[in-house]
Amino acid sequence: MKLVIAGCFALLLPASLMAQPAAPLQLPYTQFTLPNGLHVILHEDHSTPIVSVNVWYHVGSAREKAGRTGFAHLFEHLMFTGSGHVAEGEFDTRLEAAGGNNNGSTENDRTNYVIDLPSNALELALFLESDRMGFLVDSMSQARLDQQRDVVKNERRQSLENRPYGVAEGQVLTELLYPEGHPYHWPVVGYMDDLTAASYDDVVAFFKTYYAPGNASLVLAGDLDSAQAKALVEKWFGDVKAGAPVGPITIPGVMLTAVKKQTITDRVQLPRVYFAWLTPHALAPGDAAMDLVGYVLAGGKNSRLYKRLVYDLQIAQNVVAYQNSQALSSYFLIRATPQPGHTTDELQAVIDEEIDKLRNEPPTDREVQRALNQIESSFYNSLERVGGFSGKADQLNHYYTDTGNPDWFNEDLSRYRSLSPTDIRAAVQAFLPRDRRVELTVMPESTPQP
Amino acid sequence: MRMRLTVTAFLVAAAVSLSAQGPDRSKPPVPGPAPTLRVPTIQKQKLSNGLPVWIVEQHEVPVAQVNLVVLSGSGDDPVGKYGVAALTSSMLTEGAGTRVGLDLADAIDFLGADLSAASSSDLSAVRLHAPVARLADALPLMADVAQRPIFAAADLDRLRQQRLTSVIQGRDDANTIAALAFARTLFGTTHRFGTATTGTAATLRAFTVDDLRAFHAAAFRPDNATLIVVGDVTAAAVLPLLEKSFGSWKAGSGPVTHVRQPAPPARARREVYLVDKPGAPQTQIRIGFVGVPRSTPDYFPLEVMNTILGGSFSSRLNLNLREEHGYTYGANSFFDMRVDAGPFTAFAGVQTDKTAESLKEFFNELTGILQPVPADELARGKNYVALGLPSDFETTGDISRRLEETLVYALPDDYFSRYVPNVQAVSVADVQRVTRAHIRTDRMAVVIVGDRKAIEPGVRALNLGPVNIITIDQIFGAN
Repeated sequence: MKLVIAGCFALLLPASLMAQPAAPLQLPYTQFTLPNGLHVILHEDHSTPIVSVNVWYHVGSAREKAGRTGFAHLFEHLMFTGSGHVAEGEFDTRLEAAGGNNNGSTENDRTNYVIDLPSNALELALFLESDRMGFLVDSMSQARLDQQRDVVKNERRQSLENRPYGVAEGQVLTELLYPEGHPYHWPVVGYMDDLTAASYDDVVAFFKTYYAPGNASLVLAGDLDSAQAKALVEKWFGDVKAGAPVGPITIPGVMLTAVKKQTITDRVQLPRVYFAWLTPHALAPGDAAMDLVGYVLAGGKNSRLYKRLVYDLQIAQNVVAYQNSQALSSYFLIRATPQPGHTTDELQAVIDEEIDKLRNEPPTDREVQRALNQIESSFYNSLERVGGFSGKADQLNHYYTDTGNPDWFNEDLSRYRSLSPTDIRAAVQAFLPRDRRVELTVMPESTPQP
Repeated sequence: MRMRLTVTAFLVAAAVSLSAQGPDRSKPPVPGPAPTLRVPTIQKQKLSNGLPVWIVEQHEVPVAQVNLVVLSGSGDDPVGKYGVAALTSSMLTEGAGTRVGLDLADAIDFLGADLSAASSSDLSAVRLHAPVARLADALPLMADVAQRPIFAAADLDRLRQQRLTSVIQGRDDANTIAALAFARTLFGTTHRFGTATTGTAATLRAFTVDDLRAFHAAAFRPDNATLIVVGDVTAAAVLPLLEKSFGSWKAGSGPVTHVRQPAPPARARREVYLVDKPGAPQTQIRIGFVGVPRSTPDYFPLEVMNTILGGSFSSRLNLNLREEHGYTYGANSFFDMRVDAGPFTAFAGVQTDKTAESLKEFFNELTGILQPVPADELARGKNYVALGLPSDFETTGDISRRLEETLVYALPDDYFSRYVPNVQAVSVADVQRVTRAHIRTDRMAVVIVGDRKAIEPGVRALNLGPVNIITIDQIFGAN
């Protein structure tokens, strides 16, 4: 619960459609904006008697100041500890007593909160969600901050320091990709010293600056009546005070000009190698093509890297490749672990060879169509669930945030459908240069076990 | 996904406009009566060869889930062949019918479908998720995988090497080490549940394709199987497709046999098992005992009790170790109920310098749950279990898994319609009865994986019982 998602390790859009003469994929919705600036999206789905209440605050670790890394995520934890009219612990106990679940996650660009519960308890969820949006700091205390600080430090230990390759993947990689001062340089979960430094005043300031209703969007999806839900939203969120507008984030331009190579050690048995490139930001030209490059290189047994490294040569235990789409700047990552007795250099030779092939020759029609069919299916699969981090409610908020249109499913799918094999080649040529990338290797601290 | 306009909507809107000053936040909304889940009707049919088919129509999204479940799993691994069920299942998709593994994967991926095979302790299953428009193309591939696997020696060697490498990598991960150490401690190395479902390095090295063929022949037969179909299909439309792919599957000869597990070793006293993971910033803790089989008559009281103890965010273990003390990112507990008794596990990853303090709090809660549970806490626990049921019936995959549960554990037809009343009937006395019967804090195994140098003195000072040191080599065996 209350976990941090440091960058999304899945496709940006879990979505999809069918490759056929597919009917347009539409999600009916209504939307409105309250006078205080809160944007609200409603979607009815009566197939199961549950509703999902999904809030996105348009702030993530990218907004953090030097010396306070990890604060957006630490703040997320505080959002569950009670608010002006909700005693400590009651946020969870009231929801659980109603048969509900809740969670939150923090990324570079946004923080989201999810409450899934039986549809009879919708108003309870709106009370709790609105109370923390309007009155979180009314009951905030130094003790609550200290307590969640300890929890978050343990979250960091669990997901980075005590996890094999965790520091490489969760911290060193982005430190190499993005220069100091760039808002994607530091890990979402933050550095231990910065977590220690976070103060009560920071909490109040962050709340006032970034948690105003005008910097949030709310989706209600599931077994609800839109008119009734709208009235309930007006009732509970209407008295949340508006805040000052949040300006756009300004960032230094970022590019790699050479190979940045680093080797670190970890308490692991086998080495592992990462190659990473800076790529077009989410929804920019080239972003969808890089998703397809990920499929062609490492999506399924017939993908080029998997087939050669794992299936044919059997020199790798696994290989993964994907485009990690983010609002300001994306990166494309390839990760491979050699089999015992083999080296990361052997893997690198094959990886470079396969990228060169794609640079010189487009993938086959079948490779591209196979990837498109999988993407289309994933769109449909994502429509099966209303709530959680991957259901329709979250996707509506995601699309609204990125495009202003909650029902952007078809448009998103069209981004992929419009691509040809030569577009894939062009993307590889433009975005996967061999001489401008990060090469990160993790070596075992001690000799591997026999 | 249909729009519904009702007159009540206008009434509500009018009422709200009267309270434009803002709501009375001192009175949190009280939810009305919980909605009743329309438990999906299971249409039970048979193919011409007797293979049972369960169909649930779910017309929300144009997809379908089809699971072929056989009632033999890793619990049926013969002694000396631990891991054969899991490896057999993995090999099913490495080539079947006329297609080698890569061709099979290409065909499935091209359909936008997902096809997998896996074993757990009580079942093995081939599971297909596909757009309904592609079901007719995907089912013959699924049938090949279940009925006509190739089991090529070269593919076995490749998978074997991958699994041996996974065993090596398991040494890196404190979670994996703790899970294996805990299983071994509770059940011993000869009981099936005492080693990993995927087997050990020694068994993995020894498997031949004949072992896989033998397990496949014994397990994958229509008189040991059921097809579960959930999705945007009708029985009339899907049955002919199933008949075509599975109707001529021949029953095996002789009766289906199952391996029954011996009783696990009895534990006379509480003992600590410490595994050294030098430099670990957190200690992985596992505390528990051999629990109950899924057939236990105490199922509902145990589920409610565990929800209160460690099965929800507001459970006692989590509130204590995470929210009050900040020792961990989360502390939980669960009963793993199988055909034979599986483990009860209370667990957390805690910061190294709070290892002894955390163990103390674990036992405070394990002892505290023996006292009568306050009425409001019981009500919350029961509601969490009962009212959460609809969320298990949202997707075709979710529904199929709940149907697998009813199939494998032979739950009654009215199981889900009786579920909520059965949960709500649990009383304070029921909880106390099952707690006293099962939570024996003086006979638990306590497995600790962490930086021995830093944690051993504190752990010993707690006097929980004899402290045994286990090495990682003992847990994983020779590579």
